[in-house]
Amino acid sequence: MTHRTDTPSQSGIARKMLTSNKRQWTENVTGRVIATVCAALLIIVVLSITYFIASKGLSTFFVNGISITEFLSQVKWDPEGEPAVYGVFPFILGSFLVTTLAALIAAPLGIGAAIFMIELYPNFGKKVLKPVIELLVGIPSVVYGYVGLTLLVPFIREQFDVLGFSLLAGGLVLALMILPTITSVAADAISAVPQDLRNASLALGATRWQTIWNVVLHSSLPGCLTAIVLGMARAFGEALAVQMVIGNTTKLPGSLLDPISTLTSGITLNMGNTIQGTPYNNALWSMALLLLLMSFVFIMILRIIGRKGRVNK
Amino acid sequence: MKKLSKMFMALTVVGALLAGCGSNAATPSQPQQQSGGTQTPAPESNSGNAGAETTSNEPITAVGSTAMQPLVEQVAKDFMAKNPGLQIQVQGGGSGTGLSQVSSGAATIGNSDIFAEEKKDIPASELVDHKVAVVGMAAVVNPQIGIDNLSKQQLIDIFSGKITNWKEVGGPDTKVTLVNRPKSSGTRATFSKFALDGTEEAEGITEDSSGTVRKIIAETPGAIGYLALSYINDSVKALKLDGVEANGENIATNQYPVWAYQHMYTKGEPTGSAKAFLEYIVTDEVQKAAVKDLGFLPITEMKVDRAADGTIKQK
Repeated sequence: MTHRTDTPSQSGIARKMLTSNKRQWTENVTGRVIATVCAALLIIVVLSITYFIASKGLSTFFVNGISITEFLSQVKWDPEGEPAVYGVFPFILGSFLVTTLAALIAAPLGIGAAIFMIELYPNFGKKVLKPVIELLVGIPSVVYGYVGLTLLVPFIREQFDVLGFSLLAGGLVLALMILPTITSVAADAISAVPQDLRNASLALGATRWQTIWNVVLHSSLPGCLTAIVLGMARAFGEALAVQMVIGNTTKLPGSLLDPISTLTSGITLNMGNTIQGTPYNNALWSMALLLLLMSFVFIMILRIIGRKGRVNK
Repeated sequence: MKKLSKMFMALTVVGALLAGCGSNAATPSQPQQQSGGTQTPAPESNSGNAGAETTSNEPITAVGSTAMQPLVEQVAKDFMAKNPGLQIQVQGGGSGTGLSQVSSGAATIGNSDIFAEEKKDIPASELVDHKVAVVGMAAVVNPQIGIDNLSKQQLIDIFSGKITNWKEVGGPDTKVTLVNRPKSSGTRATFSKFALDGTEEAEGITEDSSGTVRKIIAETPGAIGYLALSYINDSVKALKLDGVEANGENIATNQYPVWAYQHMYTKGEPTGSAKAFLEYIVTDEVQKAAVKDLGFLPITEMKVDRAADGTIKQK
């Protein structure tokens, strides 16, 4: 015969565990409410900003009666002229050209640096290169712009006997700015490649370089693409540094060494001087809407790349 | 869940970026929401009550032209020292922002380089103009070009892109590089109206800030642009126009025509502290000191009067 005798304290604990604790319950509810409010606030902010920019940006076409196709395709930008002409094609082209150029320069450099950091000299990479790159991220864009204006523009002027303010200068400054983003994201992607893959490749007799090129880079490709797109998104939206070195001429560029304008520089140069509600001001909002749409596109590209990467694995 | 959190992250990034852009436009309206009575910053100034003797303590916000900002800030500082407890907020944002803020009632005073009549869609009749100073502007070149005078026709030909090399006007064999302001800029409007007779400028490098324009002209061989007299220093060369130098004397008589009023607009006649502040700016105490020190010309010394349409009358 066995006797089960519960001591009073034991039964007390059991009761405590079974009955709902009021304090824990309040904590749970409060936590959930705070988190939900944060999320709701965020969604409201994003939606209302999108709505605000869209309503301002679209009124160019629906209130001021400017045709969308003309707005997007015309080469002449003369909002103060008689009649006023709102052609933002030079701005759009400028934004795309300068972003593409920056990505073309920064992508190989960034991925190369990431390979160096992870595959070749991990110790040196972790101790020296990584902090240096993190430092680069922290430099404000106006400093990049000022350095570009003071060093890069005169350099280009003397080397090529041109103005100096150019697509090339903008591309180089932006490349420097997005290099840290590309390097650190690509480095994460490369270090996420399983060591087994490398070992297997080496065991098959591949050289180190063959392993890096065929195995490591191949399997980290989605990550590297993500790095490049993130860099491009940053470059596309950058205003200040670019504005200081590209010359802001609203003309189609004939070469890499010609001055150009971008959507962002067009907005920053004119926003303060125009009157709210005028077609000129609304046209600037339409340019902002274009930037917003482009950033949505970049985010969508990132998500598509992410999904493909997962499927491949 | 992971997907959801990823989406939130993306939204946060976009939201943060946009919020940054929007804040600029939103700030000027803030002081309006505060009521006049609670404005006195009690902890710092225990003499807050004394100010009530000279003026009421309604806070003033002066928004607009960045070119006028140093002047208005300086005068506001002096005026607040004289009237403890009074709050004057001075903000930039550009002439257009100043005019639209004052006409919508979001700012007490709208600072502008140009007449309200010159901007479309501003109800100029509702606004009261207070001209507080004059600023002269000059065509400015890189010093290496070595010329110090241009005729108006030469200037027009250069800025409209007909003359593309300095040797055509007696300078060295150097290409002309135009440094412009944005199309919406008040400085550009003034220069184009009075120096170029309204001729449309050819496309050139465009910068908004006077400091950047000066730096570019100083460093680029063959560069020409225009600056307010207060921004001209030894790194660039100011040109005479038809042999007339841009200085206070020639501007006061309109011998040198490229100048603009610095306007402070109010919606309707100003009252209370705003009225006192605007009266203070045109006293000799301010005009002979702060106005001159900051490179502007005293409004009190002008011998002519210019209307919004540009007609000149002797005073």
